[in-house]
Amino acid sequence: MEELLNKITYCIERGKVNLSAPYPPDLRGQEGADELTLKALDLGLQPNDILNACNEGMKRIGDKFSRNEVFVPELLMAAKAMQAVMNHLKPYFQKGIVEKKGKFIIGTVAGDLHDIGKNLVSMVVEGNGYDVIDLGVDVKTAKFLEVIKQNPNSVVGLSALLTTTMQNMAKTVSEIKSNFPNVKVIVGGAPLTEEAAEKMGADAYGPNPQSAVDFLESLRVN
Amino acid sequence: MEVEIYFEISMKSLIEVLKEGKILVSDGAWGTFLQSKGLQPGECPELWNITHKDDVLDIAKNYIDAGADIILTNSFGGNPIKLKHYGLEEKAFELNYAAASISREAAGNNHYVLGSIGPTGVLLMMGEITEDELYENFAIQSNALKEGGVDAILIETMSDIDEARVAIKAAKETTGLSVICTFTFEKTLLGQYKTMMGITPTEMALAIRDAGADIIGTNCGNGFEQMIEIVREMRTVDKGTPILVHANAGKPVYKDGITIFPETPEYMASKVQLLIDSGANIIGGCCGTTPSHISALANIVRNIK
Repeated sequence: MEELLNKITYCIERGKVNLSAPYPPDLRGQEGADELTLKALDLGLQPNDILNACNEGMKRIGDKFSRNEVFVPELLMAAKAMQAVMNHLKPYFQKGIVEKKGKFIIGTVAGDLHDIGKNLVSMVVEGNGYDVIDLGVDVKTAKFLEVIKQNPNSVVGLSALLTTTMQNMAKTVSEIKSNFPNVKVIVGGAPLTEEAAEKMGADAYGPNPQSAVDFLESLRVN
Repeated sequence: MEVEIYFEISMKSLIEVLKEGKILVSDGAWGTFLQSKGLQPGECPELWNITHKDDVLDIAKNYIDAGADIILTNSFGGNPIKLKHYGLEEKAFELNYAAASISREAAGNNHYVLGSIGPTGVLLMMGEITEDELYENFAIQSNALKEGGVDAILIETMSDIDEARVAIKAAKETTGLSVICTFTFEKTLLGQYKTMMGITPTEMALAIRDAGADIIGTNCGNGFEQMIEIVREMRTVDKGTPILVHANAGKPVYKDGITIFPETPEYMASKVQLLIDSGANIIGGCCGTTPSHISALANIVRNIK
């Protein structure tokens, strides 16, 4: 049983989606996250344990990404493998057998159409067991406020790629903070720095997707 | 066709000039310049080619006046895939054509115009789009830029070899013009340069040259110093293909509600010789650079010639 879960973890970490997936080349012809999850469920393993196994895989690849040992393609493939598992676990989420750790609202700020970074964070956070509300790109401040209002216990993540949209990000942070002082905000994106995040009044700066997870986990502990 | 014949008589091609060993100066940032002229967040910059033609023309002229031999077009986000977000994908031809004609007007017949094409943001490896669809979109944009009068196509800020390869193929086959392709690298924690897709400058140089680019290079990034190192790396595997560099004025600093780029025109100018020595043939600016930066670069390069 334990071995099967370890295999699932490994498939997530390596981005091995299913038997027919050609990626990664060294695992060609082997079962992937898809088949192994079905097998685990058939054997009566708990959905929660399967989810934890996935989370561990996502954490490993997320950490490697943070250390610049892997890049966007590897992370995307891991997310794809994670998606294959989630498809099988969905019924258990719906029945409430498996619970999400919390809600994370994410979007790329107004004036910025870039979504690769935002999607990566979204996938990694989701892969770590959170419910993610993805508002897409070019998200106006009003939209963030509206969704926060509907989901009062959420944490918010803001993304920007353009150097020119950092100002919009700052405005969004300050509007969120003045309307919802208790809502935590993490910001990230290529032009951002720890210092810029602090000046904007954000609670945290995420240089990579895993740091968003680490931030969410730290809030849970507190 | 008329345009082509005209230039054959009046001006040597970009490639010919570079072969003679000449160093050329390109232009600086457009996005921040447009913002200073009133472009609002959430507005489509390419739409300004029609709604604010004079402002766009003024930017182009500013860079010509600053001493640039080459200027770009206001078409970085002019791919139909990107325009779709604004509901403007049907206007792709019109907007790119206008971008090219505005820069042509400013450049006259003694400066070069490069038609700017940016990445689509859509990933082939995730199956979000097929190669054929991607090709078609790059072809539409390239064709419009050519019709509007550009001398060459510049595919810039790329990070994914697969997307760049499709873009180069589409641009070459559609226009027959010279194609330049530049990638954006960041220094990793391990000290290597890589694109966000994990591509190194040497991998890029080989793959992009083999894909048919006439000029390769790098743009955006974190300042002049790093561009020198990136060019050196490219030159370890390719001695002959001309290299274009569009450098940011350093990594942006967010201060008092505005974004500041730390590298001054003087600083950039002080590094030009090193960049040329490392193997760059065309030098210009990206985010945060202004006509003053270009003017400072041009002054140095002119004295070298």
